[in-house]
Amino acid sequence: MTSQAHHQPAAAATAPPAPHSSMPSIGSLVRRPEVGSLIGMVAVLVFFSVFGGANFMSAGGAASWLNVASELGIIALPIGLLMIAGHLDLSVGSMVPASSMTIAILSGHYGLPIVVGILAALGLGLAVGFINGVLVIRTKVPSFVVTLATLFALAGLTLGLSVILSGSTSVALKSGPTAKLLFGDYLGGKFEVTLFWWIAAVLIVGFILNFSRFGNWILAMGGDAVSARNAGIPTDRVTIALFMSSSLCASFVGMSQAILYNSAQVAAGQSFIFNSIIAVVIGGVLLTGGYGSVVGIVLGTLTFAIVNQGIFYTGFDANWASLIIGVLLLAAVLMNNTFRTMALTYAPRTKPRAR
Amino acid sequence: MTTPLLRLTAINKSFGPIDVLHDISLEVNRGEVLCLLGDNGAGKSTLIKILSGVHKPTSGTMEMDGRSVAFDSPRDASDHGIATVHQFGGTFPLMSIGRSFFVGAELTRRWGPLTIYDRKRANEIAVTEMRQLGITRIDDGDRLVGGLSGGERQALAIARAVHFGASVLILDEPTAALGVKEAAHVLRIVLQARRKGIAVIFITHNVVHALTVGDHFAVLIRGAKAADFRKGEKSREAITDLMAGGEQMAELEAEIESFSATDDGHAPHGASHA
Ligand SMILES: Nc1ncnc2c1ncn2[C@@H]1O[C@H](COP(=O)(O)OP(=O)(O)OP(=O)(O)O)[C@@H](O)[C@H]1O
Ligand SMILES: [Mg+2]
Repeated sequence: MTSQAHHQPAAAATAPPAPHSSMPSIGSLVRRPEVGSLIGMVAVLVFFSVFGGANFMSAGGAASWLNVASELGIIALPIGLLMIAGHLDLSVGSMVPASSMTIAILSGHYGLPIVVGILAALGLGLAVGFINGVLVIRTKVPSFVVTLATLFALAGLTLGLSVILSGSTSVALKSGPTAKLLFGDYLGGKFEVTLFWWIAAVLIVGFILNFSRFGNWILAMGGDAVSARNAGIPTDRVTIALFMSSSLCASFVGMSQAILYNSAQVAAGQSFIFNSIIAVVIGGVLLTGGYGSVVGIVLGTLTFAIVNQGIFYTGFDANWASLIIGVLLLAAVLMNNTFRTMALTYAPRTKPRAR
Repeated sequence: MTTPLLRLTAINKSFGPIDVLHDISLEVNRGEVLCLLGDNGAGKSTLIKILSGVHKPTSGTMEMDGRSVAFDSPRDASDHGIATVHQFGGTFPLMSIGRSFFVGAELTRRWGPLTIYDRKRANEIAVTEMRQLGITRIDDGDRLVGGLSGGERQALAIARAVHFGASVLILDEPTAALGVKEAAHVLRIVLQARRKGIAVIFITHNVVHALTVGDHFAVLIRGAKAADFRKGEKSREAITDLMAGGEQMAELEAEIESFSATDDGHAPHGASHA
């Protein structure tokens, strides 16, 4: 990179060294965007452990919400990055079934090798994301509207093409043992392999946001897009890359669902639109951008999945789950606002050396 | 005469049908402070946005060190050594001081096979550079920028520009939102930069600030350069008149006085009962 830091050793040497403590202080704790979401997750975990009984705490119970969490989580991570950068992507709701249908039609209906179906599904994801990104930066229309449009366009395209090509809105897919093992198997008969893909995605996205230059660019863009561009950040390229990653992840989930369930439906996947946003917002990401963390997104995803599945282990009617999620969402946002304000105003009252 | 560090020749800028700048020619020298003065909407910010690569001029040429340049992006301009603190924004409220200091030029270190953001060193440098500018209350680079005062934020933005070794430092109304003490700080920073041989372009509406640091003054009136003079060539009254857009400040003052004279019958009531 051309604009590296010019060191000024002489000047720096004369200045008093900046004191810093390695001890985690109240300030550093309160400054973490995920404090609120941690409290929320612990609360729902305790709630369902009490009301869900032994079954909820069993391996089977854990698997039921971890499976939901892993599929949602793979999509929520890039959606979280997009939101931190100040954007939304609703089109994932159509991307999931579009990808499922792509692999099912190519490798199921036409009998092509499964690799072809997998690559085509993921390639479609990258293409849709690229189109979303280019539309957003070229038209300067808010991404909410742009991806709402592509959500519908892609849904229509998937339905239309599926009927033309396969004559049906639901296509069976038989995949070989390798594809099954990689994308569509249950470990110990309970845990989807998607769980491992989610863990991998968490590590990658966590690295990007916290430790890479790209992560700093994402935070800056969400904070103030114009200033970020003035500071030399290639905001257009970052935007396109982020939209490509969310579509890619959605297509990954669609593809692995088709392999897991041995079939694909045109209408599956719409629930991911709101669920991913809910998970991300419960996770402490600021809807207007500039603030958020990967740990928070993971916690938000787990919270959502626990409520969504835990309700079946209680004596309550499953319909109450939506009420809980609604209340939780509101509570989480209020709590996150409070913690954010505390983080902004926090300054050590005592002299740092005295601590 | 030595060649000026930066020379603008016949710069024009229009946004669609709106002409904002007409035929601006200007020279900026090393180790000098150029005060860019003018009324609201005169085109000062637009001119410096051209210098910092945000806008492209509609016509006209720019030279640095006698060589013709054209900036494709803000990045391009900063690679040429032009650092700008824009009138609005420039800092990111919800980012840490360290991260915000290095936005777009992140400090990294090796970590095994990976290159990662060096949080500790970024924080240290940011805090140290701010101390150099007299902001000593900040000692934790993890603090969020949104918790800083206006003056501290301004200092952060300027410290950043100075740190990256700019040869031209552009400050768009850096003292506008500041208290007396903070403004004095900023003026001292400007003089420090000048002593280092940096060319400073300083935009202000404050005559006292302009006269304190300026070596060279250019006045824009409705997008055209109305005056260009050096320190001591014009009286303070003449400069004030020019800054008011060429109107006679004395006349304005007389007008204001006549307002208060006609208001005399009412004003004291409100004032005395307040
Ligand atoms: N992107 C733009 N599109 C259209 N018109 C613009 C644009 N940017 C600035 N202008 C117009 O150009 C004129 C000059 O604006 P500019 O911001 O340069 O003024 P200024 O001298 O910096 O004023 P102030 O002292 O209030 O900051 C204004 O009339 C403004 O409306
Ligand atoms: Mg301005």
